[in-house]
Amino acid sequence: MLKDITIGQYFPSSSIIHRLDPRFKIVITFIYILMLFTGSSVSSLAVGAVYTLMSVLLSGIPVKMFAKSVKPLLPFLLVTAVINLFLVDSGDIYFEWKFIKITEGGIDISVFMVVRIILLITGSSVLTYTTSPITLTDAIERLLSPLKKLKFPVHELAMMMSIALRFIPTLIEETDKIISAQKARGAEIDTGSFTTRAKNMIAILVPLFISSFRRADELATAMECRCYNGGEGRTRLRQLKSSPKDYIALGITVIFYAAAIITAHWLK
Amino acid sequence: MKNIIEIENLHFSYRDDTGNLSAEVLKGINLNIKEGEFVAVLGHNGCGKSTLAKHINAILVPTDGKVIVNGIDTSDDSRIFELRQCAGMVFQNPDNQIVSSVVEEDVAFALENLGVPYEEMRRRVDDSLKAVNMYEYRLHSPAQLSGGQKQRIAIAGIIAMQPRCIILDEPTAMLDPQGRKEVMSTIRQMNREKNITIVLITHYMDEAAQCDRVVVMDRGNIILDDTPKGVFSHVQKLKEIGLDVPQVTELAWELKNAGYDIPDDIITEEECVEAIKKLFGGKTIGSS
Repeated sequence: MLKDITIGQYFPSSSIIHRLDPRFKIVITFIYILMLFTGSSVSSLAVGAVYTLMSVLLSGIPVKMFAKSVKPLLPFLLVTAVINLFLVDSGDIYFEWKFIKITEGGIDISVFMVVRIILLITGSSVLTYTTSPITLTDAIERLLSPLKKLKFPVHELAMMMSIALRFIPTLIEETDKIISAQKARGAEIDTGSFTTRAKNMIAILVPLFISSFRRADELATAMECRCYNGGEGRTRLRQLKSSPKDYIALGITVIFYAAAIITAHWLK
Repeated sequence: MKNIIEIENLHFSYRDDTGNLSAEVLKGINLNIKEGEFVAVLGHNGCGKSTLAKHINAILVPTDGKVIVNGIDTSDDSRIFELRQCAGMVFQNPDNQIVSSVVEEDVAFALENLGVPYEEMRRRVDDSLKAVNMYEYRLHSPAQLSGGQKQRIAIAGIIAMQPRCIILDEPTAMLDPQGRKEVMSTIRQMNREKNITIVLITHYMDEAAQCDRVVVMDRGNIILDDTPKGVFSHVQKLKEIGLDVPQVTELAWELKNAGYDIPDDIITEEECVEAIKKLFGGKTIGSS
């Protein structure tokens, strides 16, 4: 049952977005987030929406997958929208009854907020859907590499992340085994009250932790045997090469960003 | 031929938390292994065979005595990477020695650490994967592979360093029979085709029977060191220290004890069949 969990939500394919250099994709995503949060007019949001729609379509991933990633956040979005709607007090008053007041400003802010967050999630899903976690880690390591000069442990962090990714399936499998073993000994994992189930989780977590420590120890020895000596002087098998299409994608993003700022300015 | 591994009067004790030496695990081991040899180290649990293996590439250093591998003293800290490149080690659990989520990147791990330039790394990774017959799986995730395949990836990761010698610490203990067969044939192939010295720590008698030389350990000492035939003819002695012999050897031994005239150096099924046929005067037994 635990085997069904997918981590990273990566959809292998060969769309133009999949083939972009991951470093560029991360930078582009940052510009995209800026774009969504700087312009505060309808037109700049519209520019953001067009950009999002474009990248979703180019990624070749079914639109319903994006809906799936937005769905869990809907209740949260509704609550914030409703709070903003009633609490913000600015501009024309549309409706007033006792202490409840709906104003133009309130409607603006709640609508903007909801649209922005939906776009934000959809847009960043494009990144995680089209880039495998390991590539993403690699790109982050390279983007952050200037920080090495400030003694920031970039390589170590990236190594930790990639080992964590490597061990997720192994540990899921192990958890499955432990659950079966504990069930065979009569532990109530799926049944019983919430508190009994919570207590029984301990019977799963303790063996899992112990075995993880043992694994970590063995892995460390195996890494030493293969001459691991930190990030100093390492070369890489995975080569990241930027190509014209990466610069074009970056250029398009910057143009959209500029458009969002300019339209917000002119159409005020 | 020159010795690649020279172990001289090796003593070893683990240190406890207070830094005191606890009981001796290795009690004066002397062992020379020649270049290109295929040696099995047999022994009961806790006899010190894994501890011995860990001395060959300096995961552990001797409390007393000397271990010299390819001319490098293992207690020389400054040449440790040179040593580990020359003597690679494969461990029991394939899951706990694979570092990367992509097969080919795991094979490249040691080369990345050693700072091998890209073109050469690419070539060595591809060659190693082809050598263990896993080239078509190079872009897979290790999680999708069977135990035997994972262990072959681990071997490829070592081969990529172009070592002179590989130490395998019970590499088949966690595998199914199919996986064991795959791994054993890969190891034999490395030994034969690349002339890599193999030290195979195992407790499977049939695996030991496939080697050139078998070293038997008991309680920190080497008690037998001979060809497989030579070692397995000491059935009584092996049984005393809690080891089995290959099934066919045991059968022959029982027959001999029961008064039949049968050679006592049988280690393969074919030999056993031949010997028993001879015993019955070449007549076919039963109806077939």
